[in-house]
Order: sequence, then C-alpha cells, then structure tokens
Amino acid sequence: MRYWSLIFALAALFGVGAFAYAPFSADWWLPNPADSPGRAVSTSGREIDALFLIILWLTSAVFVGTQAALVWAQYRYADRLDAEGKPARPARYFHGSQRLEVVWTIIPAAILVFLALYQMETWANIKFRSAAPKTPPLAEVTGRQFQWVIKYPGPDGKLNTPDDLFTVNDLHLVKDKTALIHLKAADVIHSFFLPQMRIKQDAVPGMTIPVWFDCDRAGRYELACAELCGWGHYKMRGDVVVHETEAEFQAWQTAKLTEQGRSRLEPKGDDAEGGKP
Amino acid sequence: MSHDQIHPAPRNPLTRYIFSTDHKVIGVQFLFSGLIFMLLGGLMAMAIRWQLGWPWKPMPILAKWLWSAPNLGGQMPPEFYNKLVTMHATIMIFFVIIPILTGAFGNYLIPLMIGARDMAFPKLNMFSYWIMWPGFAFLIWSFYVEGGSSEAGWTGYPPLSTMKWASPGSLNGQTLWLLALLCAGISSLSGSINYITTIVMLRAPGMKMLRMPMTVWALFITALLQAFALPVLTSGLLMQTLDRVAGTNFFSPVGGSVGNAPGVVGGGAPLLFQHLFWFYSHPAVYVMILPAMGIASDVISTFSRKPLFGYKPMVIAMGSIAGLGFIVWGHHMFQSGMNPALAATFTVSTMMIALPSAIKVFNWIGTMWGGRVQFTTAMLHAMAFVSMFIIGGLSGIFMAATPVDVHIHDTYFIVGHIHYVLFGGSMFAIFAATYYWFPKIFGRMMNERIGWIHFGLTFVFMTGTFFFMHVVGWHGHMRRIPDPTVYKFLSEPGVVWMNQFMSVCAFGLGIVQVLFVGNFFYSLVLGPVAGPNPWKANSLEWTTSSPPPHYNFETLPQVFHPPYEFSLPGSEDDYLPQTSPLPPNITLDPIMA
Repeated sequence: MRYWSLIFALAALFGVGAFAYAPFSADWWLPNPADSPGRAVSTSGREIDALFLIILWLTSAVFVGTQAALVWAQYRYADRLDAEGKPARPARYFHGSQRLEVVWTIIPAAILVFLALYQMETWANIKFRSAAPKTPPLAEVTGRQFQWVIKYPGPDGKLNTPDDLFTVNDLHLVKDKTALIHLKAADVIHSFFLPQMRIKQDAVPGMTIPVWFDCDRAGRYELACAELCGWGHYKMRGDVVVHETEAEFQAWQTAKLTEQGRSRLEPKGDDAEGGKP
Repeated sequence: MSHDQIHPAPRNPLTRYIFSTDHKVIGVQFLFSGLIFMLLGGLMAMAIRWQLGWPWKPMPILAKWLWSAPNLGGQMPPEFYNKLVTMHATIMIFFVIIPILTGAFGNYLIPLMIGARDMAFPKLNMFSYWIMWPGFAFLIWSFYVEGGSSEAGWTGYPPLSTMKWASPGSLNGQTLWLLALLCAGISSLSGSINYITTIVMLRAPGMKMLRMPMTVWALFITALLQAFALPVLTSGLLMQTLDRVAGTNFFSPVGGSVGNAPGVVGGGAPLLFQHLFWFYSHPAVYVMILPAMGIASDVISTFSRKPLFGYKPMVIAMGSIAGLGFIVWGHHMFQSGMNPALAATFTVSTMMIALPSAIKVFNWIGTMWGGRVQFTTAMLHAMAFVSMFIIGGLSGIFMAATPVDVHIHDTYFIVGHIHYVLFGGSMFAIFAATYYWFPKIFGRMMNERIGWIHFGLTFVFMTGTFFFMHVVGWHGHMRRIPDPTVYKFLSEPGVVWMNQFMSVCAFGLGIVQVLFVGNFFYSLVLGPVAGPNPWKANSLEWTTSSPPPHYNFETLPQVFHPPYEFSLPGSEDDYLPQTSPLPPNITLDPIMA
C-alpha cells in the first residue's frame, strides 16, 4: 500500500524533469532567437524574464519541498497491520500546532509581499503612462477582424496627414530605438502580442492605449492576436521587421510609399524635416 | 430548533423521485445531471485536443455528426473550434463542477452533517434544481439555431458577444447562452440562500459552529460567496442580454460597429462587462475549490485516522480566501486596458490569497503526518487533490506578478493553471467525494480494485495532459487558437510534439473514465451492502442508516464534540462519533475545547 506514494513521487519528478530540461531546448523555453535561447531581445523582455526566473526558482523550491513532504507522509505513515490484523502502530493524537501555523504563515507572507513589491517597478516601466517615451509615435496600430492595420506618420512625422503610410500585418521598427505604438481596435477586442518582446496589450474599441517596446536584434519576429476575436482569430498574424539602421527603415518606407503610388506626396511647408519619427 | 416532526416519504413516485423536496433526492438529481453534462464537456475537450494535436485533420467517423459541412472534407471549421472552447468551459464550470460540488454534495450532505431533517426551504430547494432544466434546454438548443452556439469564449466579452455580426455564434447562440447562465445563476443563488439559512438555523443540539465538519464550513462560506457575488454577474448578464435584444448600449463604445455594419449609437464601455463578469467569476473559482477543500479535509482526516491538523486555522483560511476573493477580480484584467496603477493594487491582494491556500496545504500534510494513512480510493483522490492543487496554486503566483502576466496572459500557461485547479483540484475532489459518500448515498460499496486502477490511470493521464501546458504557455502558445502552426514560433518540432503528447494523454484521460462510470453503475446494483458507517468516520451522516431514511434521523442527534476525534488515547476504538459522549477520564485537546 505504501508504494502508492511512488506514483505521486514520479509525477513530481516528471514535473521537475520537464522544467529542468526546458531551458536547454529553444522549442521548450521562452520564445527567444534560436542561437541565444537564454536572452530576450527587448529591455522589458529581459526584466520580465528575470522576474519569471526568480518566481520559477521560488515556486520550484516550494514545489519540491511540499511534494517531498506529501510523499514522505504517505510512505512513512502508511497504515500497516501486524500478524493479528491489528494496526502495527497507533496514530498520534494531536490537533495542530500554533507555533507551526505561525511559522508557515509568516514565511510565505514575507515572500509574497516581497514579490508583490519587487515586481512593481518593472510593471510601472512597462505600462504606466508616465513611463511612456516622450517621442512621437512610430505608428498607430488598429486591430480589426482579422488583421492589424498599421498607419505610419510618413515622411512628415505626423499622423493623419496625406503622406501617412498604411500597411497591413507588417510592422517595421528600428533596432535599439524605443517604438511607441498607439493601439486601437475597430470592431471587437483584440490583443497586441509580441511573444519575442514579451509585450501584450488588449486593443479595446473606443480606447487608444500607448504601448512601447524596443528590440536589440535586427530580424523578423511575429505579431499575434491573443484575445479571442472571432472565427479568424487564429490567423490574425503579423510580421514584425526590426531594421538594423534608421536609414534602412527610411528606405523601406520610401519604397513602400512608391509602391502604393503615393511617392509624389511631398510633405508640406515647415513639416518638411522628414524622417524624424 | 423548531418543532421536530417526522414526515414519511411521499408514496407517489412522481413526488418521491422526480419533483421531490427531499434534499437527498435533489442531491442525487444534481449528481446525475452533472455527470451527464460532464460526459458532454469531456467529449468536447477531446475534440479540442484532436484539432490542436493535428490541426485540420478530418476526424474519423465523428466529423459528420459534429459539424455539418461536407464541403470541408471533414475538417473542423475554425468557428466550430471556438464553439468547442466556449461550450466546454461553460458546461464544465456552470453545469458540472458548481452543480456537483454545491448542488449534489451540498444538498446531500449539509442536513445530514449538521443533524437536520431537511433543508430550511425544501420547495426552494426543489426549485433550485428544476430551474437548471431551462438552462440545460437553452444550452442544447443553442447548437441548433442559425449560427450555432455561442463562440465568444466562456467569458463572453462584448463587443464580440453583443454585436450580432461579430461571429456566427453571436447571431442567436449568445442570447441562449446568456439565458442558460441566468438559469444556472438563479439555481445557485436559491441554493446558497437555502444553505446559509439551514446551517445557521437547523443545526442539531450541541452542533456549535466550531463543531461542524470542514465540508459544511466550506459549503457555508461558498454559499456566502455565491449569495453576494452572483447578483453582480446576473446584472452583467442581463445588461448584455438587453444590449443584444433591446438595443441598449451598456457595453458598446460610441459608434461601435463590426464588419461593414452601420455603427451603433454607443456610449457604453466594453471593459465594464469584464469588471462585472470577473467580480463574480473570480469568486466562482473559489466556489469550485472551497467545497473541494472541505471534502479533502474530511477524507484525509478519516483515512489518516487522525484529527484534522489546525481546525480553526483551516476555517480562518477558508474565510480569508473568500474575503480576499472579492478584491482580486482585477487580476484577470491586467492587460485589458484598465488603469495600470489599479493593476498594481490587485497584485498585492492576489499575492496574499496564495497565503491561506499555502496554510491549507501545510495543514493537510500535517494531518497525514504521524497518522495511519489508509490508501482507499477516496483517500488516493484526496491526496491527488493536494498534490495537484499545489501545482495550481504555485502557477498562480506567476500571473499574480503583473510583468510576468504580460507575457503569459491569454496563453496556455493560464489554461494549464485553471486545469490544475479545476481538474487537479475540483475534479479529484468530486471523485474523492463520490468514492467516499457513495456507500451513504446508495447503501452499497464501490469496487476498490477498479477504483485504484481508475485513480492510477486518471492521475498519470491528467499529468500528461496538463503539465506541458505550462511549457507551451511560457513559449507563447496563445489559447483559443485552432491552429498554432500559423505561427513560426509555434511550429517548432518541440511544440508540435508537446501538443500531440497532450492530446494523446487527453484521449487516455477521457477513455479511462469508462472505468469510473462502469464501477458506479455496477456498484449501484451489485456492490456489497455498506452498513451505516463503513469508513468508521465521526460526522453525523455516518450515524444514520445507508441510505438514510426520508427524515434522515430517527431522533435528532445530540452532538458532544468536533468531528475529528480519531485515535483518542485511552479510547477503545480509533474513532469517536460526534454523538458519542467522551469516555470517562478522557479530556479533549484544549485547542479544540
């Protein structure tokens, strides 16, 4: 009978094993570039991952401790009968321990309060509007069934002027430069999710929500919708292209404007500084 | 309390077995309808896993019954997948777990465990069951209306749910979904009023509040939670119904529209519904876990042959879970666009709620420590509850930390978390309770050997089904997507492998429940006769015959002490029923006096 504890021990070992293996496999770990699976590409991503790891270590320790205690209690205190069919050992009679209750209330409470306070600064950096970059937005992103409509200010650096550049499911930004997005929704709620940059923000109809992030590695990433938005939710996917230099981004923007037949739209008057995001 | 009369059971079979006011019959009715809907919800879960493991692969045989679109070649349409995830969750939460834990076990056990002849309001009790039936009907009917059943997720966020052209399920199915939930809500509300009154007013002589078994405490606190939180959901659901059928604009923003439809006048706020919804639906998680905690406490103490470790701290912990449960709803909305400063405060209350949960886990292990642990099927399930609840509790800390939640929100990490709480927690407790009280309810023992096999396979397959959800979740796997391979980062071989592994285990998990169903019906007819107290337990339901008579007790029991006096030194037996006075020269532990 006491060997039932084995199945509990094996389930716990399976869990620990899966978590221990995960960091060594790019497929199993946080979504990072395959050649540097341990490092996120964005500043907020690295802060979030550090916090994730702290919590992972803490919870793993508690997990191993409590599961071990449970398995030990099952194994050590399993009921056994002697030759006459009587219990080989009586159960101990006690109703608890005030001291233990206090100990296992205060220690977890201290850890939890520490965690709650420790993570606040990261949260504020990622989401508080006071922490938003004071730059003009890179683009306005509008979620609609089932695509991301992206509007760049164009050469004049201002939104809602005739030289705005529109793309669909194609978000471009520049390496190492914080990108500020104005997030909107045209119909139902969507969620702007950049897994590799650890950014997620619901897009709510009737609201404009600022979202900002950076990326320190040029390349192609993915933009996903994380909030159920209808039958085509699963394929509401966008490309994210991080350009190596500002010039490369400008070249892409110019080419795109030409492609859309709007190359002759010159920026007007004093706004003709061009290119400033 | 009041006059004590014994009423014989009605002779008319219609009022005796169907439209019965007997809490025991009503409990069994809730149990059977819950188990039937569990079958339906479980099959839906397996269809979901089929699609996730092998996206768009035609399902053999079943395809033509499940989705009537021959031109798709048997492939599941994506909107049908959305219906599956919506209805699987709706059915399991509102029509299986809550009705079984509170409706079935709450009804059956409360009067028996506190020594009452029936509920305080027997007719209200009958109403609380039969109002479920319009709910069942609306739910099933919704699959047959134009556009099919709701597919806005079990959370039903507007505008997806309120704007009729937002998705096929929002055309008609959503209205029926709302009506079904309103019925289930009215049922829970009338049940909870009944439980509160019964527990406050009808306890047997000597049954002080602090002598009640943990199951009763848990159901009492659950009933309070329901009574105070449900009206908020009910108003939210009514407002959404009005938005859909009466042209109000509670949740539609100014000019809101979908597709090319003309905009509505609007002026409402989509986020308002989320607040109203989660103000109930977060406490609903505790409605689903508190009774499970009570059940586990009773089962673990009985089969450790040892008093429950820390009775009062356990009661206080449940009270704090319920109290804190009212101020943590915002943690479902960290990424919703709600003021991020508000989110910071919800973090603290959410972190704090992990504390009473931790206390309970330590106390369960403390109860087993030094006991004589008997590995009955009920005990195995209760210990699995503890083991799995630890995982569900610890994974909750990740999402309580708002920055980590930015990444894992709306991913499979959350799905893994809720399934460890609801399957690992609530379902294992439902199994434990069924194996434990089956002899009382039906007078016959369930087969332990089949029970062991059922437990072992369920435990293994459950771990295989849900554990990797954490891994794919932190890898970024969104929930509610029928085809992850649309994304490059979810097409990697490791992710595909994990998805298929989880699916195979899910099929296994579903199939082994045949053992449970078989054992249940076999034992109902052929199980050995149980006798009044087969487990040698202390609480009052074991002092009357199995099954108990219509009036529960020949004479109302007199209660002398709390229900956990096992292995009292100097006592002849290793248990002491609550109705037996203390043997002479023995005093209770002062902690319990």
